[in-house]
Amino acid sequence: MNRLRALARILRTILGAPDYDRYLRHMAARHPGCRVLSRDEFVASRLDARYARPGSRCC
Amino acid sequence: MGSLRTVVPWTLVALVGAAALGRLALLRGETISAAWLLVAAICTWLVAYRFYARFIAAKVFALDANRATPALRLADGHDYVPTNKWVVFGHHFAAIAGPGPLVGPTLAAQFGWLPGALWIVIGVVLGGAVQDFVILCASVRRDGRSLGQMAKDEIGPVAGLTALVAVVGIMVVLLSVLALVVVNALRDSPWGTVTIGLTIPIAMLMGLWLKFLRPDRVVEASVLGLVLLAGALWAGQWVSEHPTWAPVFTLTGPTLALLVMGYGFMASALPVWLLLAPRDYLSAFVKIGVVVALVVGIAWVLPPMQMPPLTRFTDGTGPAFSGKVFPFVFITIACGAISGFHSLIASGTTPKLLARETDAPLVGYGAMLTESLVAVMALVAACVLTPGVYFAINAPVAALGPTATTAAEAIRGWGFTLAPGEIEALAAAVGETSLLSRTGGAPSLAVGMAYLFDRALGGGAMALWYHFAIMFEALFILTTIDAGTRVGRFLLQDLGGQLWPRFRDRDWAPATWLASALFVAMWGHFLYQGVTDPLGGVNSLWPLFGMANQLLAAVALCVGTTVIVRMGRARYAWVTLVPLAWLLVVVFTAGWQKLFSPDPRVGFLSHARRMEELLAAGTLPPGVTSLEALPRMAFNDRLDAVVAAFFLCAVLVILADSLRTWLGVVRGARPLGSTEVPAQPVAAFVAGD
Repeated sequence: MNRLRALARILRTILGAPDYDRYLRHMAARHPGCRVLSRDEFVASRLDARYARPGSRCC
Repeated sequence: MGSLRTVVPWTLVALVGAAALGRLALLRGETISAAWLLVAAICTWLVAYRFYARFIAAKVFALDANRATPALRLADGHDYVPTNKWVVFGHHFAAIAGPGPLVGPTLAAQFGWLPGALWIVIGVVLGGAVQDFVILCASVRRDGRSLGQMAKDEIGPVAGLTALVAVVGIMVVLLSVLALVVVNALRDSPWGTVTIGLTIPIAMLMGLWLKFLRPDRVVEASVLGLVLLAGALWAGQWVSEHPTWAPVFTLTGPTLALLVMGYGFMASALPVWLLLAPRDYLSAFVKIGVVVALVVGIAWVLPPMQMPPLTRFTDGTGPAFSGKVFPFVFITIACGAISGFHSLIASGTTPKLLARETDAPLVGYGAMLTESLVAVMALVAACVLTPGVYFAINAPVAALGPTATTAAEAIRGWGFTLAPGEIEALAAAVGETSLLSRTGGAPSLAVGMAYLFDRALGGGAMALWYHFAIMFEALFILTTIDAGTRVGRFLLQDLGGQLWPRFRDRDWAPATWLASALFVAMWGHFLYQGVTDPLGGVNSLWPLFGMANQLLAAVALCVGTTVIVRMGRARYAWVTLVPLAWLLVVVFTAGWQKLFSPDPRVGFLSHARRMEELLAAGTLPPGVTSLEALPRMAFNDRLDAVVAAFFLCAVLVILADSLRTWLGVVRGARPLGSTEVPAQPVAAFVAGD
């Protein structure tokens, strides 16, 4: 099960999909006590940023 | 003695590659196995990766594993994340791999397989992979800045603005030509139309799943999507055999064009989580899966190449598109050999993920070599068809006439054979009513892939494989169309915001709709023009796209050269100057011919004049059904000419601005003033999340 989860994480990074758990770990480690975005806010902000760049898709 | 272990295997690789190349060169009138081409290509790439990429890494950029990358210095848990190099490689490859390297080589096969193969293999080693790698390194040293920002910082504000406007123009041409490929693949094909149509609700279902049911379970939702996709393939077959429903979904080119435009508008105006993002995930999985399957299939079957190495169409009279082998093979195959668009990705998310500077050769150079492999595979898939079948699919109605009999006659006139009943039997085998004049490259690639998969797995499922291949290509392309339209909308909103600030507000519905509609109308115009063009549309639009993409590559190489010169390494500037010079020669020759060639088959302006002469004389050219079409065709020719001229001028501006900078630095009049972020050691930062 752990292997599957690790594989899913790799695939998710390859896809460039938002990773909320990773963001939470980063905030806990580096910015403890700061306000964290909710899952919805985080995902929305990541996706909006991703699809606003000309490099988001190639020919 | 350690060096012996390197020398011996690499000498072997070089010798095997040289032997395969020699075999290809000494070919005289016999068909040859694709294995020779593959071996020659792979050995060339291996040697280039081992020696040339390392040379650039060590001498030009002096990449340093101990110098902290932006992913380490600016780690923020979402954009800047140090990532394993193979994962970054996968991410970068998935981002750069699009439909370009599949369509270009398929079209260029009309010259025979040799010109395309040589350009793909040599072009990528000295041009495409160098561009991607250099821009990646430049961006990694500048906190992951974008190409546009680097053009502005390194060269100047004029170059920066020109690059920005050129990107908008390139996107318009890119989206229109890709949409045209989809429309030509789905025209009169209920199976394909239903399957592709179903991918939209499937993506929306995935989006809802991810938003409300199982947030963030991206892989799970994608697996669900893939299962439903297989269902869509089956549903398409069911519809195509159904007496009532089949005619309903048998759509004409213009109808499909309007539907694709509607889709682009919807994808741009709807929230991204609902349609764009899930579709993107789905497409990435299918893309990687099919690329692997194609490589394995070709390696397993090792098919003979039916197409000769060179055809008579190197003289410029080719039916798929007109123009001589020089410069047009270098324009037709952009992606796969060198693709300017990659520079936007190499300066996008990828530089923010690189954990160590020394991972850059694998990601920048290596991923592009892999894309080149995809291009060679597409070329092979096109060349396993007999020339007769290839031209029956890829030549427009104006050249073939309306029926299989007229087509066979035209093909005989070109010196190839199409057996009676051959193309009808093939169409029946793949589950289509007709394969004649299915221009754009997608159908002939799908036939080639279906043939390969069928040979590899047996079982006579040609029709299923054909539609699977069509679905794969269309999925790819629609993912570019939806994301591209959204980006175009933002670019227009930013430009419009200069006059009316409220227009820039991305959450204000009227601005969203207006900008989306405007951008769709821009590429939609070219799409509609292509769909209704009796010469097939691809003939005029694909060269325009190839030029645009190569010109963006020229811009990227200008930026790369400037970066190298301002680093104080002008003696290595030939690394980017050589491909830049070649691109400029190719693109300006092609551009000049497209504008001013007196041959109406090649030149936009002479074609416009020809249409007006025919109108005045009251005669109809082949394939055109009414005189009213002629003024419209002449107008579109002139519009294409204006677009081509705009691209050429944009590059001249950037080139002139770059030359000024280079000469200034070399003469010592301008300080080196590198804009690199000063080096900091890895040890100063905590690794990890």
